Amino acid sequence: MKEFAYTRPADVDAAIAALSARPDGAFLGGGTNLVDLMKLGVTAPALLVDISRLPLTEVEERPGGGLTIGANVRNSDLAAHPAVRSRYPALSQALLAGASGQIRNAATTGGNLLQRTRCLYFQDVGKPCNKRLPGSGCPARDGVHRDLAVLGHSPHCVATHPSDMAVALAALDAVVHLRGPDGERTVPLTAFHRLPGEEPHRDTVIGPAELVTAVGLPPPPAGPSAYRKARDRASYAFALASVAAALEVREGVVREARLAFGGLAHKPWRARAAEDALRGAPVGEESFARAVDAELAAAEPLRDNAFKVPLARALAVRVLAGLAGLPGHDPTTERTAR
Amino acid sequence: MAAHPTQDGPRPSKPSASPGSPVTSSTSSTVTLHVNGTAHRLTLDNRTTVLDALREHLDLTGAKKGCDHGQCGACTVLADGRRVNSCLLPAVALGGVEITTVEGLADDGTPHPLQRAFLDRDGFQCGYCTPGQLCSAVGAIAEAAEGRPSHVTPLSAPPGAPVPLSPEEIRERMSGNLCRCGAYMNIVAAIEDVTR
Repeated sequence: MKEFAYTRPADVDAAIAALSARPDGAFLGGGTNLVDLMKLGVTAPALLVDISRLPLTEVEERPGGGLTIGANVRNSDLAAHPAVRSRYPALSQALLAGASGQIRNAATTGGNLLQRTRCLYFQDVGKPCNKRLPGSGCPARDGVHRDLAVLGHSPHCVATHPSDMAVALAALDAVVHLRGPDGERTVPLTAFHRLPGEEPHRDTVIGPAELVTAVGLPPPPAGPSAYRKARDRASYAFALASVAAALEVREGVVREARLAFGGLAHKPWRARAAEDALRGAPVGEESFARAVDAELAAAEPLRDNAFKVPLARALAVRVLAGLAGLPGHDPTTERTAR
Repeated sequence: MAAHPTQDGPRPSKPSASPGSPVTSSTSSTVTLHVNGTAHRLTLDNRTTVLDALREHLDLTGAKKGCDHGQCGACTVLADGRRVNSCLLPAVALGGVEITTVEGLADDGTPHPLQRAFLDRDGFQCGYCTPGQLCSAVGAIAEAAEGRPSHVTPLSAPPGAPVPLSPEEIRERMSGNLCRCGAYMNIVAAIEDVTR
């Protein structure tokens, strides 16, 4: 690890000023991803601006029924929060599907959004990687890419975004509140993370010395919501594919639907085509499958990850069937009743 | 993985800075770590993790360096009562936080009930992961008692009510601690014993 300086500013403005003065620095939140990447040599900030004790730790009720989640709310605290557990169950489930108990106790809401891909080439400084070293190439495209993207990738990068939390937030129409040297702005979560295009080194639209201060949630969608994740182990593994969904049904017809995929793309993938197809569709596994296929038709699997497409399809249909209360599907648990 | 530079490397000769000071170029800091009830004022290279501070500076070698990347859980300690991976925490950022290591679990020579249960249930073979398993289990038991849900807790469970630790709950909650000897069955049984 390269040597670095450390400072712990007293407030948000001082933190932004500290990083503005040292563009080769980084904000330190829970450290669970950043410190690891520093050990790997993937990143080598000259200064850590410790924001972990700034008072961005509240989950506040918003007028009109939403929530404002401070950037320093720990993942474990957010998952256990009564308002999240009862009104945004997909978010609680997504948080609890991610990482381990130890990591969730340290990881923050803001840091979770800003975590980097776990693509093996990105994490190995002995290998080329356009995300880590722009212009060096992408060995993953023809190499080890079983875990990587099937949607929205580019010739320059096939990485996936690793967050579970962000997938639920994408389905829930969350927004990201930012503050930086030029003031405050709010970005929809679905526009916060980028597709790789020709600039895969930019994961998000965040600017220099800009800080995530909070995540905003509008009132919960009508109808139940859920998050489910397929992975190689029963626990403590990144998603091969995951689904966050909310479904409102009236008299056997879908009135409103939200669907987002994780593990398939460089960003949480809000499935707007599927949502359009679901709205007004009759409740049923066949109709759900057709809607999901409308989204996954855009998939461009790589040599070794084509399995993700039917996996995501099956996962989405099961989640929607559970939310619709179809027989044989339990909407309240991770598992499908048998 | 590169060797960790804080163990044997020279101390930086530059003056140290305290947290809260203006932006500095110093690469070391003075921090007061509170470990098992004792305050230790240390000047550390900023790269020093809590794990390295414990092992290399405070002679507390209970917390183990397994993967050094937050994947194995052997380094688990409690920070203000909550289990964390000490290998991922810069020590300079933990000033004032009460850290409890496996050495702090026993009460004046009497093993913690969980330590006793690990002995009774043979919850280990080589023992390398055991300090992390113990600290993680202490944290997990407290989290369940506080009503914090896990991935396998039904949504229908009343929010905030203590979560009964079934074997399924224990396995899920302990998934951040690997045991390459495969003592998982007995670890789950030991944790069950103290929560009955």
